[in-house]
Amino acid sequence: MININEVLETNKMVEQQNLDVRTITMGINLLGCADKDLVMCCQKIYSKITTLARDLVKTGEDISREYGVPIVNKRVSITPISLVGASCCKTPEDYVKIAQTLDRAAKEVGVNFLGGYSAIVSKGMTQSDELLIRSIPQAMATTDFICSSVNVGSTKTGINMDAVRLMGEIIKQTAEATKDKDSLGCGKLVVLCNAPDDNPFMAGAFHGVSEADAIINVGVSGPGVVNSVLQTIKGESFEVLCETIKKTAFKITRVGQLVAQEASRRLGIPFGIIDLSLAPTPAIGDSVADILCQCGLERAGAPGTTAALALLNDQVKKGGVMASSYVGGLSGAFIPVSEDQGMIDAVECGALTLEKLEAMTCVCSVGLDMIAIPGDTPATTISGIIADEAAIGMVNQKTTAVRIIPVVGKTVGDTVEFGGLLGYAPVMPVNKYSCADFINRNGRIPAPIHSFKN
Amino acid sequence: MNKTIITVVGKDTKGIIARVCTYLAENEVNILDISQTIVGGYFNMMMIVDMSQLAVHYEQAQNDLEELGRTMGVQVKCQREEIFEKMHRI
Repeated sequence: MININEVLETNKMVEQQNLDVRTITMGINLLGCADKDLVMCCQKIYSKITTLARDLVKTGEDISREYGVPIVNKRVSITPISLVGASCCKTPEDYVKIAQTLDRAAKEVGVNFLGGYSAIVSKGMTQSDELLIRSIPQAMATTDFICSSVNVGSTKTGINMDAVRLMGEIIKQTAEATKDKDSLGCGKLVVLCNAPDDNPFMAGAFHGVSEADAIINVGVSGPGVVNSVLQTIKGESFEVLCETIKKTAFKITRVGQLVAQEASRRLGIPFGIIDLSLAPTPAIGDSVADILCQCGLERAGAPGTTAALALLNDQVKKGGVMASSYVGGLSGAFIPVSEDQGMIDAVECGALTLEKLEAMTCVCSVGLDMIAIPGDTPATTISGIIADEAAIGMVNQKTTAVRIIPVVGKTVGDTVEFGGLLGYAPVMPVNKYSCADFINRNGRIPAPIHSFKN
Repeated sequence: MNKTIITVVGKDTKGIIARVCTYLAENEVNILDISQTIVGGYFNMMMIVDMSQLAVHYEQAQNDLEELGRTMGVQVKCQREEIFEKMHRI
């Protein structure tokens, strides 16, 4: 039988260490909503989302209350819209109409983000993919809850450099279209390589075509818990450090597994995966950077940061895998800048640079995330940053991503306030030298030699 | 069996257990185990109870117990047992 110390430990994690389940994300297949007529297509999309996800928010709140663990976000991910809108969208404006329909559906069911305004163009772009991509700036400017992602490469296909070049321009246009909100639109737009089909986390969530009609995916969190536990083992060996992180990750993930199974049962929708992620929030102590400091670094970004992050990421997976039968999504430690107070502090004091963050993305679960850069950064430079991240993902067979915000009218030394979960960020300097001639070549970078496994 | 864990945390005062138990008895809740400890000068009590015969809605019982705690200056939480079981048992 459970004893009082175990009960107190669990409640302390929730009350003092910010333990929560970060998101219950319902994946919804919209392929059946395709129609030659745009109005009909929008109607079908609205109806399918508002029917399937009708009880999602209430169910999340019920589970949260009964078990006494916060479930911060309830979200929806959908089939990449470039597939759904292919037969009815003839212009980018047609796609914007779908985006606005999705936004209405998100508001109707009460979720705080809906992801999947997406295109998968890792090898080539269809006409529909390109129309969708070109609609992103306007879609982001005229909706509140829609997240957009574009997958521009994979280990199997190589990198679609035409898409990389286009995305540099689209990010600039999105920043311009949302400049009255500190270019917030770019905070809801991510460019990926090796994007998973079952990711529950925004902005990169979409419901891949390999998935069932509807599915429940859950993203767990808990950097604050790991951080607190590590305070008790200062100076111990790496073995003790690893063992402690692993055990903590196990406990955190078990909560997510329970919530996922319960949500799946109550909603009558199959359980997909648990995403084992340490996702920080701007709350004090709920920081991945603080964990790196607990490992023994003065600041995130100091020499040793990549090794400490690699260790952390691996132990989170090892502990988490034991706790859940089905693990997927991004799974690992997130290193967003604006959403993590420790990272913000490290950037502000000069310990953490864009280049060091890039190195860290080789061993963490995603990539350059929520990074504000000067608004006058050229589109080709942004494409260069995307290409570098995609190359890291492609060669290392991992997911990488770029969610970067060229804040219109701001430059190094300024601060950008996004609000809520997206936090705030200091504008970081970007290497001034040009890569335009490289980016302006046409075509794609071939798949790496180790992708030929047949 | 529908096991729930009730925790009471706060400054020790007379009659805490008595009042919580009275509420539980009146609402058809059977107590399976009680333990208590003092941590950092605070009174900590945990009850494992069976709520399968609960006379009111679960959410109602949670709110009532929380309110009861408030009148005594302590925090009363009522959570389904599985969250602890899952976290601490393989």
